[in-house]
Amino acid sequence: MSYFSFHRLWAMVLKEFIQMRRDRVTFAMMIGIPLLQLTLFGFAINSDPRHLPTAVLIADQGTFARTLAAELRTSSYFEIIEDAHSEINAHTLLQKGDVQFVISVPIDFSRKLLRGEKPEILVEADATDPAATGPAITTFKYLASQAFDRDLKGPLARLKQQPGPLSFNVHMLYNPENITQYNIVPGLMGVILTMTMVIITALAITRERERGTMENLLSTPVRPVEVMMGKIIPYILVGYIQVTLIILAAHFLFHVPMIGSLVLIYCVVILFIAANLAMGITFSSIAKNQLQASQMAIFFFLPSILISGFMFPFRGMPIWAQYIGKCLPITHFLRIVRGVLLKGNGLHEILPELWPIALFVTIAMTIGVKRYRQTLD
Amino acid sequence: MSNVLRPSSDVIIDVKGVTKRFDGKVVVDSLDLNVRRGEIFGFLGPNGSGKTTFIRMLCGLLTADQGEGTCLGYNIRTEQLLIKRNVGYMTQRFSYYEDLSIRENLDFIARIYQIKNRKEAVEQSLVKLGLQDRSKQLAGQLSGGWKQRLALAACLIHNPKLLLLDEPTAGVDPKARREFWDQLHDLAGDGLTVLITTHYMDEAERCHRLAYIAYGKLLAQGTTAEVIQSTRLTTWSVTGPDLVQLSQILRHKPGVEQVVAFGNTLHVSGRDSQLLESTLSALKTSSHQWAKIKSGLEDVFISLMDTSEDNYKSK
Ligand SMILES: Nc1ncnc2c1ncn2[C@@H]1O[C@H](COP(=O)(O)OP(=O)(O)OP(=O)(O)O)[C@@H](O)[C@H]1O
Ligand SMILES: [Mg+2]
Repeated sequence: MSYFSFHRLWAMVLKEFIQMRRDRVTFAMMIGIPLLQLTLFGFAINSDPRHLPTAVLIADQGTFARTLAAELRTSSYFEIIEDAHSEINAHTLLQKGDVQFVISVPIDFSRKLLRGEKPEILVEADATDPAATGPAITTFKYLASQAFDRDLKGPLARLKQQPGPLSFNVHMLYNPENITQYNIVPGLMGVILTMTMVIITALAITRERERGTMENLLSTPVRPVEVMMGKIIPYILVGYIQVTLIILAAHFLFHVPMIGSLVLIYCVVILFIAANLAMGITFSSIAKNQLQASQMAIFFFLPSILISGFMFPFRGMPIWAQYIGKCLPITHFLRIVRGVLLKGNGLHEILPELWPIALFVTIAMTIGVKRYRQTLD
Repeated sequence: MSNVLRPSSDVIIDVKGVTKRFDGKVVVDSLDLNVRRGEIFGFLGPNGSGKTTFIRMLCGLLTADQGEGTCLGYNIRTEQLLIKRNVGYMTQRFSYYEDLSIRENLDFIARIYQIKNRKEAVEQSLVKLGLQDRSKQLAGQLSGGWKQRLALAACLIHNPKLLLLDEPTAGVDPKARREFWDQLHDLAGDGLTVLITTHYMDEAERCHRLAYIAYGKLLAQGTTAEVIQSTRLTTWSVTGPDLVQLSQILRHKPGVEQVVAFGNTLHVSGRDSQLLESTLSALKTSSHQWAKIKSGLEDVFISLMDTSEDNYKSK
């Protein structure tokens, strides 16, 4: 008695391929949706993100530097997660996306301030998501200039004169020109894959049920795992076609810089595709008909665009939304794609985002196989 | 692949007390059934009587709420997978892929059952169907009758030991039906066992044995003759003028249970033969010819159905 057979799996895969080829409209949609979305998304939606993780490097021992740090701490815009101990440390944090800003106060800050020499504060920002960085930097400049108002009294009051006691040196890293497409287009890869993959597979089993072919399938020796995998494998291929389309468009249409390794993207994308397919299959095994299945897919799709960091900066969302967001595979995938394409992240840097997706695949697939009814009861 | 049947396998289907409820409503009510090897067993009953449900329980598509039994020697509750390998099930509704061609459908089934000489088997069944020229046509474009034939070919492709056919000839023309039944008898001669549901009386008469169920209850079982005998139905035929009026008069007389017109003849039946005879003798006139005839299967079934409905409602 074999509980798994590659022959039967292959039979399922072949059948799905033939059906996919026959259903021209759906196939065209799967190619058309990426193209449509890519052309439509020329805009980004701004919001006002807060609690942006920030590392502060203070080289100066004077009172003014401490005042500045204290001011940043009390503001709701920045969250000082670490007084970084070294520059290298700070830059690693920035690279991994653990902090969004590194603020460096130079060694002779207080002295220069008192002399009216306008000491320079270095702000390095992760600008992959311009919507998140732009407003924050404006706020920072304002806060820093106001910080010393109380201290600059009496004879020092003259330092408050325009254009302020400080100067700023802002480095926009990874996306120096603040081009929103750089952020949106790689993000679209996640959104498009989620949209098409989940819906297509959500319909897969309910369609068999509705057309009555399930009764036949169930009366044969084919096993649930074979049915599910047979339905997943052909769409992995479709997913790869979509990824290729998006990367080509990103490069030729939007000139998105691609610093990291495309091979790495192609290697990890399979996990994300599998996550969406497994989710779809699970919906498919729960839903009673195709309408229910597509509603479930939309129910999953909405948070995937709204709270994944695709439309709104992730850190601008309330904490509870961030927790939900972290359960979605797309949240992690977005960080991976943006990290690799824009920041040149390697496998080591994206590892923390990889395992949550793997966990998601495992859980979704298990529920799917468990829920797959082997009888018509 | 386990092809070995368990010993004492001359009884192919052997179930006792099989019961199925849907939302608290009893659909199959403690059914006992025995089907022997090489037998063509007819399963008859009005719409909604539970035929399809019973067949689904036999091949592991539904789990019985109560009852025990074996199918091909395998337990119907615990060895459903083994049953599935050796049973060919033809569903009442066409359940092959309409967007796959005839050949692709057969090929898919052949692969699922891991048939050794797959290509040959598919080719053979195409030839047998007489569809080798149209093998590229999509199954969805076939006419109703051809779909049925395709389905039969597909469920025979893995050489099952038991065929469960759920209304396989609905919508099939008379010639094709006759060929179909000839084929069934050939297969049965080779030792294949067939459980078939049908609403056609001529087909019922071609079965070795029959079972009649209504509202989930088994009402009669045996050969055609035995089933007819068991209801003890008496039938008279009348020919002559003004049959329509006569039938209206007859309908409300004591002892008359059925009055059915067949062209220029009326069939009048009832289970109480003495009461029926006395009623009729009062009505006999010289203008009509009266004759006592053998009750047909259809008369018997309609009689069974009427009485069982009464039982059902009085509860
Ligand atoms: N999945 C189900 N859920 C609820 N009720 C069901 C289900 N399947 C069948 N039934 C009910 O069970 C009863 C028997 O149905 P079944 O299909 O077995 O009848 P049948 O004898 O095959 O009828 P037909 O001759 O019309 O094919 C019907 O009343 C039907 O409504
Ligand atoms: Mg039925």
